[in-house]
Amino acid sequence: MKWIVGLFLAVAAAMLYVSFCPWGRGSGKHAINCVGSTSVQPFAEMLSQEFDLLHTGQMVDVQGGGSTAGIQAVSENIAEIGMCSRSLKDEEASKFTGIPIAMDGLALVVHKSNTVNGLTRVQVRDIFRGAITNWRQVGGEDLPIWLITREEGSGTREAFVKLVMEAGAKIASKAPAGPAGNKHVANRIYRKAMTQESNGAVKELVKHDRGAIGYMSLGLVKDELKILAVDGVYPSLENVTTKRYPLMRPFLYVVRGTPSKGAQAFIDFTLSPPGQHLLVKEGLISVR
Amino acid sequence: MKEATKDKCISLILLTVAMSAISGLAVITAFIFKEGLPIMFKVGLGKFLFSSDWYPHEGSFGIFPMIIGSLAVTIGAMLIGGSLGLGCAIVLTQFCPPRLAALLKPCIELLAGIPSVVYGFIGVVILVPLIAEHLGGPGLSVLAASVVLGVMVLPTVTSISVDAIQAVPRAYREGSIALGATQWQTTHMVILKAAWSGIVAAIILGMGRAVGETMAVIMVAGNTLDLPGGILDPVRTLTSNIALEMGYAAGEHRQALFATGVTLFVIIMALNILALTVSRRRTRRVGA
Repeated sequence: MKWIVGLFLAVAAAMLYVSFCPWGRGSGKHAINCVGSTSVQPFAEMLSQEFDLLHTGQMVDVQGGGSTAGIQAVSENIAEIGMCSRSLKDEEASKFTGIPIAMDGLALVVHKSNTVNGLTRVQVRDIFRGAITNWRQVGGEDLPIWLITREEGSGTREAFVKLVMEAGAKIASKAPAGPAGNKHVANRIYRKAMTQESNGAVKELVKHDRGAIGYMSLGLVKDELKILAVDGVYPSLENVTTKRYPLMRPFLYVVRGTPSKGAQAFIDFTLSPPGQHLLVKEGLISVR
Repeated sequence: MKEATKDKCISLILLTVAMSAISGLAVITAFIFKEGLPIMFKVGLGKFLFSSDWYPHEGSFGIFPMIIGSLAVTIGAMLIGGSLGLGCAIVLTQFCPPRLAALLKPCIELLAGIPSVVYGFIGVVILVPLIAEHLGGPGLSVLAASVVLGVMVLPTVTSISVDAIQAVPRAYREGSIALGATQWQTTHMVILKAAWSGIVAAIILGMGRAVGETMAVIMVAGNTLDLPGGILDPVRTLTSNIALEMGYAAGEHRQALFATGVTLFVIIMALNILALTVSRRRTRRVGA
């Protein structure tokens, strides 16, 4: 009997000790939290590793979650730096500072075997709102189109909606409205679109599906997928650098007020020539 | 006197531990209802449950396709997992040498130990391309999710059914054999009849597991917002809806996800209560 009571007391004491002891969490030095877009995440991770090698002492923790989640984390003081893969909305821009760290292209990706080489933005919009449902309609094989989109709130999705769905609507201002005839409906992504929650998942699906089309960060497409030209411009290095490719978006670090010394050091490192060089090497476009 | 105080002390500690688990449940319940109910009533219960427009940015929240999605996937999983599980249970208890059964049962139970993300991954890499190639459609589908979930509920259904069958008094079996029935006649006319309510409870508990599974389903179900037209169409389930959009949601959107959680909670509670009543009826009948 005695030992049971003793055990209970020991466990309770241990729990108290762990939860209250000052060096229980991260010994002294605190790590900078960097939270947000899954498109920026792999690049930020790489930067944080390099950063670790240079400035010993300051740790940077990088986590995904999505652009909007990143901004939310900054506003709730959970993270010092938010990562965002779209431009800030007006109400966000008044509260936070967005620091562009690189430009990224939004790549339209299809299966390797697809015979279509390029689409206009109006066609892409029609495909994603369900008005075009077969590759034959845009000059390809007779094959149904499977749409792959990102989840509500993803920065990549919001950039896509802005750059393709809304911009395409402007270009095709005489285009017929969607089924219900109102403006919202015309820019909605078709409800039959399959939703995936990361760039990697989109890539995995498009790789295996002959009829699939999806959109993802240009920097993360490797050789397994075919990238389409948009409005006649292929996102080659040159076209992207000169911004002739129409689907470009900024990658931002989002901070509130003046960042701490450690956070500022990481931001400075990202914008420094070696940091930018690293991003360019991985397929992004430098902001310098 | 001293021993009595000690006893009291220990029972008090144990009571606290037990109560803390229950109060955890109570807090969770209260929280999701508090967060979710207001939006349900604001949108209107009927509209929330039976509208199929889920466009959080425009303030329309209808989860009907997801309810249907969850049901379709669950029924599919129970057809596969239920029949296989019941088959396993019958073989293990009736037709299998006890030594082999002692080896097989832990093997089936091991299935429960495989993390769901691994099931999902295997589903995406092997099952989905297989379905797309041989049956058509995008591969990500009700069928794929049903098969993956069916395997996942197998251990639950099998082990509870085995218990139910083993609880049938030996005399029933011996009596039946003595009357000249064959082993199969005994099994399906006597043993299964006697154990029926336990088997039903096993299937209902398996359903609870299938309705609640998230990770594997997100990976193989496709997550469209549309009502599925057949088993080869992709669907979104209630759980995947929450998991996909949780990270980003704010304001009403977040509340609507909690309301999705409330719906799920009610469904799972109903299933559990059903399982309890059914199995309680069994104990009463066997006891009588």
